[in-house]
Amino acid sequence: MGKTIARKIFDSHSIDNPAGDIHVIRLDAVFCHEITTPAAINDLVSRGKDRIFDPSKIKAVIDHVTPAKDSKTALQGKILRDWARRHKIADFFDIGKNGVCHAIFPEKGFARPGFTIIMGDSHTCTHGAFGAFAAGVGTTDLEVGILKGVCAFRYPKTIKIDVVGTLRPGVFAKDVILHIIGEIGVSGATDHVIEFAGPIVEDMSMEARMTLCNMAVEAGATSGICCPDMTTVDYLWPHIENEFSSKAEALNKYSCFLPDADAEYESVISIDISDLSPQVTFGFLPENVKPVSGMEKTPVDQVYIGSCTNGRIEDLEVAAKILEGRHIADSLRAIVSPATPEIYRKALEKGIIKVFMDAGFCVTNPTCGACLGMSNGVLAKGEVCASTTNRNFNGRMGKGGMVHLMSPATAAATAIAGYITNSELYEG
Amino acid sequence: MSCFGGNVLFLDRSDINTDEIIPAKYLTEISKQALKPYLLEDLKLQGFDPTIDIKDKQVIITRANFGCGSSREHAPWALEINGIHVVIAQGFARIFRQNMFNCGMLAIALAGKDIDRLFAEFAPGPAAVDVDLDRNILSVSGNGQDIRIPFTISDFDRALVEAGGWLEYADKKY
Repeated sequence: MGKTIARKIFDSHSIDNPAGDIHVIRLDAVFCHEITTPAAINDLVSRGKDRIFDPSKIKAVIDHVTPAKDSKTALQGKILRDWARRHKIADFFDIGKNGVCHAIFPEKGFARPGFTIIMGDSHTCTHGAFGAFAAGVGTTDLEVGILKGVCAFRYPKTIKIDVVGTLRPGVFAKDVILHIIGEIGVSGATDHVIEFAGPIVEDMSMEARMTLCNMAVEAGATSGICCPDMTTVDYLWPHIENEFSSKAEALNKYSCFLPDADAEYESVISIDISDLSPQVTFGFLPENVKPVSGMEKTPVDQVYIGSCTNGRIEDLEVAAKILEGRHIADSLRAIVSPATPEIYRKALEKGIIKVFMDAGFCVTNPTCGACLGMSNGVLAKGEVCASTTNRNFNGRMGKGGMVHLMSPATAAATAIAGYITNSELYEG
Repeated sequence: MSCFGGNVLFLDRSDINTDEIIPAKYLTEISKQALKPYLLEDLKLQGFDPTIDIKDKQVIITRANFGCGSSREHAPWALEINGIHVVIAQGFARIFRQNMFNCGMLAIALAGKDIDRLFAEFAPGPAAVDVDLDRNILSVSGNGQDIRIPFTISDFDRALVEAGGWLEYADKKY
């Protein structure tokens, strides 16, 4: 049997097979943020092992609470900052240059086809959009990654999801991934990699593929992964043009990671999205998904557009198109967080920020804050948020709050209406 | 090897996520000790009161997909600092499970029928579990009875527990 992308990457990175199906793999990149890294740094210091395996392969950002909201978050930022300075980590993104990790690191070209990447953050699976094996890990795995440049995983089993059919207008990657999670469940891909394939995925932009891979972990997956193609090369080109004589050459090199025609999959699921309408979650599990029409008129207190799932320029463009010339309902407040300074700058230049402000949105700096109820948009008890983020867990955006996950288009339409509604109403 | 076992806290729900084990607002804490009062603070479960029910428990028995969601190792740390070093479930989210073994603690997966039996015969307790890592047997006692259930643990996970965690293991080997 042939090999999947994930197995090809493993085979080219495995340095040890300590037991059974466990492989210790060499890491091409270790990403760090200020919430899960300081404990690793402090532990390494206390053990007298304050070293890093390779400063060029460690990337760090302050993104969860930024600028610091209190002394504790200021200290977390300081520990990360001091560490990055003393180890001469060139790619450290401090306040002013910082954005949501899973948006800024791809934007800087740090995720590449065939790479192995870990980060102390569950949504690290996002970077699989580039044909990388990228997995979220805990602080101990992160610590060993920082010190040794290795991590242990089970030899990956892959579920292939072929997305076929045609996307209806007003339906986006977010609706597709919510639908998939609804179909396979929150543990449907536990201990597996999901390979997203099929014509719909091939037609998707890198931004849309990142949205898809971002939520693979909500189905329990170790990583989401997409086949590298010319879309991948085009996106990465500014970062790789010195390494290749042409885009064709780059694509040719990256093609060595493509799955074999007879690759061995645990299962292959074909999902026809031709009849898919915009989706929204209810309840406290990401698998609790239904069409927006089934939640129509649910009142909302806050709309949030942003995060590593849907805070990229395409997302803001889609929302702005719906918001242009309109105003949010008096009954709610709305917040938009462009995911990186670059996205913020582009949104300013394209007049998108003006559209959001004219519509009555609060525009925040790039940060993860609201998504996990840490800052910049925390809910009060009993409040309801229509959100483009990735988790609707009980209390996720604030204790006692309710979160409904949806696409930026649905969130924008909801902001105007004051209740959950379909964006089709506001098109054309 | 360290001894594992103790009094059981039964959590009769699947998909308990790491936000419920330790809410994100406490991730600004850098020491494990500071997490102690907040374990399972946001867990929504009928009849469960974290201020009363966690006290003097060393083992959790729960349902499927325990520890899903955020990768935060603060979840195993919050268990550890409260003296809970063993979680027995019908299944775990990958990152949480790995974090447990990386910390030298035990995440033991049992078949659904075994978990059903433990709930049927011992919940809500009092009950106690003794983990025999040499023979791979769980002894569960309470409610006037005593049963034994075999479990499996991979060689790699066992090596991590014996080494005291992944850092100790990896530092020696790589």
